[in-house]
Amino acid sequence: MLVEAGHYAFALALGLSVLQFAVPLWGARTGDPVLMATARPAAFGVFGLIAFSFVALTVAHVTSDFSVVNVVENSHTLKPLIYKVSGVWGNHEGSMLLWVLILALFGALVAANPRSVPLRLRTNALSVQASIVCAFQLFVLFSSNPFQRVDPAPLEGQDLNPILQDLGLAIHPPLLYVGYVGFSMTYAFAMAALIDGRVDAVWARTVRPWALLAWSFLTLGIAMGSYWAYYELGWGGFWFWDPVENASLMPWLAGTALIHSLVVMEKREALKVWTILLAILTFSLSLLGAFLVRSGILTSVHTFAVDPGRGVFILAILGVFIGGSLAMFAWRAPLLRHGGLFAPISREGALILNNLFLASACATVLLGTLYPLALEAVTGAKISVGPPYFMLTFVPLVVPLLLLVPFGQRLAWKRGDALAAGQRLLAALAAALAVGLGLLALRWGGPVAAPLGIGLGVFLILGSATEVWSRAWAPGRGAKLALRRAFGLPRATWGGVLAHAGIGVTVIGLAAQAWSGETIASARVGQVLEVGGYQAKLVSLSTRPGPNYTAQVATLEVSRAGTGLGTVDAEKRTYPAREMTTTEAGLLTVGASQFYASLGEVSSDGAVGLRLYAKPLILLIWLGALVMAAGGALSLSDRTLRLGAPSRVGTGRLAAAE
Amino acid sequence: MTRKGRRLVMIGVSGLVLVAALALVLVAMRDTIVFFRAPSEVVASGPVGTRIRLGGLVEAGSVRRNPDQVAEFAVEDGGARVPVRYKGILPDLFREGQGVVAEGVLTASGTFMADTVLARHDETYMPREVVDALKAQGRWQEGSGLRQTTQR
Repeated sequence: MLVEAGHYAFALALGLSVLQFAVPLWGARTGDPVLMATARPAAFGVFGLIAFSFVALTVAHVTSDFSVVNVVENSHTLKPLIYKVSGVWGNHEGSMLLWVLILALFGALVAANPRSVPLRLRTNALSVQASIVCAFQLFVLFSSNPFQRVDPAPLEGQDLNPILQDLGLAIHPPLLYVGYVGFSMTYAFAMAALIDGRVDAVWARTVRPWALLAWSFLTLGIAMGSYWAYYELGWGGFWFWDPVENASLMPWLAGTALIHSLVVMEKREALKVWTILLAILTFSLSLLGAFLVRSGILTSVHTFAVDPGRGVFILAILGVFIGGSLAMFAWRAPLLRHGGLFAPISREGALILNNLFLASACATVLLGTLYPLALEAVTGAKISVGPPYFMLTFVPLVVPLLLLVPFGQRLAWKRGDALAAGQRLLAALAAALAVGLGLLALRWGGPVAAPLGIGLGVFLILGSATEVWSRAWAPGRGAKLALRRAFGLPRATWGGVLAHAGIGVTVIGLAAQAWSGETIASARVGQVLEVGGYQAKLVSLSTRPGPNYTAQVATLEVSRAGTGLGTVDAEKRTYPAREMTTTEAGLLTVGASQFYASLGEVSSDGAVGLRLYAKPLILLIWLGALVMAAGGALSLSDRTLRLGAPSRVGTGRLAAAE
Repeated sequence: MTRKGRRLVMIGVSGLVLVAALALVLVAMRDTIVFFRAPSEVVASGPVGTRIRLGGLVEAGSVRRNPDQVAEFAVEDGGARVPVRYKGILPDLFREGQGVVAEGVLTASGTFMADTVLARHDETYMPREVVDALKAQGRWQEGSGLRQTTQR
């Protein structure tokens, strides 16, 4: 009964979001404040109804209601509770429901935001957001309905794909979707600006928190997915340049460009047209990602068999929203008043360079992802574009960008002084060179990429820290004042420093992987294997029962240079419900480095196949992402940006914000 | 700097970055793309020395695992079979009679030296390339015992 209620609420929400789309838009056109005011309650209503239907489906999953197809296909009575809940979005239909829920949530948040957003802008944005909600509601209702019943109801479900029964993958989709879908809000605001034919610094100030919020979550979501792939797929890899991964990287790159260009627009009222276009493109790339993942047109380590009819439906959504917005852009963008030109060597000049590099890098990823599809459609030839392509295109575009980041941060607005910026960075540059060259000498004969990359990472971290130093330290005034001034800096400043330092941390982690070691061998109990300075002794091989699986466990005793570090268990789990096995890597963390063991075949004569890796500093890759997201969150909490805070234009704090 | 000068610098730098990006893409496209081939195509044309992706079904009874972690198996599409050698641990879902995609190089002796064997997340999923290869050999029936599940 609850499931039907949820289904009904969802259909009701569709009707309400049609109203939320049409009525306020008409009101804004005719200048009728009563009609415009309907946007707010409608947004709350839509969110409430969809939230109810989501809860209804969750209850069906938790109580193992096997009269619902979605539950039968993805649940099992023996499954632990947390995976019964995460099973709601661990499948196509449920994850689309979550997608719609988050879309509606963003609409409700904008409606609830008491900040003085111009009424017309907010009304139009809510109306555009409602049109996106509508499209995806139609998609859920007509081609991916999670509320369908089955009669007779089976006694037991088919279980959730075991590889998804993992804590990392339980929280990965919600994080990722808040990121993807969050950019729908910047898209909606961009469309609202185009409808109005007016865009200014107030627009940028309104949109920036939403872009930052989405970006922070997308950063976390991508990092979580990458960490999951690392420990669950058993290959020791964390990024495969797989089309589905690229689908999340592209909006991240465009979104990163967007949060930077929004700053230029807010401070200098420039780059208006480009920023609007970027806001549209970022969400378009999110939609493209949804299409690539769900249409089944790609072969990827992440895709699953999907009904092609759905692909056509999403393609239609893609066409309407990308085509529609670009047409709107072509028609209305000439109305926007252009900002002035400015000096190439200045903060805004550096931010343009940032946008240029990020957009180019994003374009190379897009080409590498879509080229195989285009080629197959045209010539029928099947090709794959793998990591070598991205190493050759993406990396050379990103490295100069990263090198320039600390310089850009040091330049003043309007008229920067490149020489002075360089001088202030001398200490950071010297330290980075010392670290890089020192490591190069220490590991002479090893890969060159590692010391150079680590040097770059150190430069990014120290270069960002220079921002705080140069603004807090006054020569001859003592450390106490400097400390007070450092803590008195606006949170947006600290956020920027953290985010850029976070990239440095990630770069160090990535670069250090050039030093990682791999050993693939078969061993007998008692035998010792060696990998990258670690000695691993196979102690035992046993079987262990789990709640809904049985595991074969190889226990290894790990030591380095004679000192014992502990034991790790590398598991192979067999899930009887789906007759499927998964690999659970055994991980031993030493500082930020990890020893990684993955269990392979056990042959009949007792030889155990093992894959061992030494992964120096690998945790820094994801730690850096956490730091970046923390930087985003800190910026969001700044009172000039905070959602819901009244804007206090013209105070000293605002002037000091950048 | 004059207005015109500023504009020129902007356009110049943008052009430089875009041209560099384009050049990188073109070079990379020429050198790094990998073609997908079915076993019958490999046997017919024998592209020795170039990197390809080989996709088909793991031939029943062909899998041999040597003690040094080198696996040997054959990939077939009904028309032909190609012997494959792969050092490493095979993916969890690697089974005889199931679809597989291996990436590597064909040697002059006719053995395919794979360095990557692709894993799938779902036991019933068949790589699209493999489906097409099987269709080309008339070996594919829609819904032939494959439960089409949808995930994620």
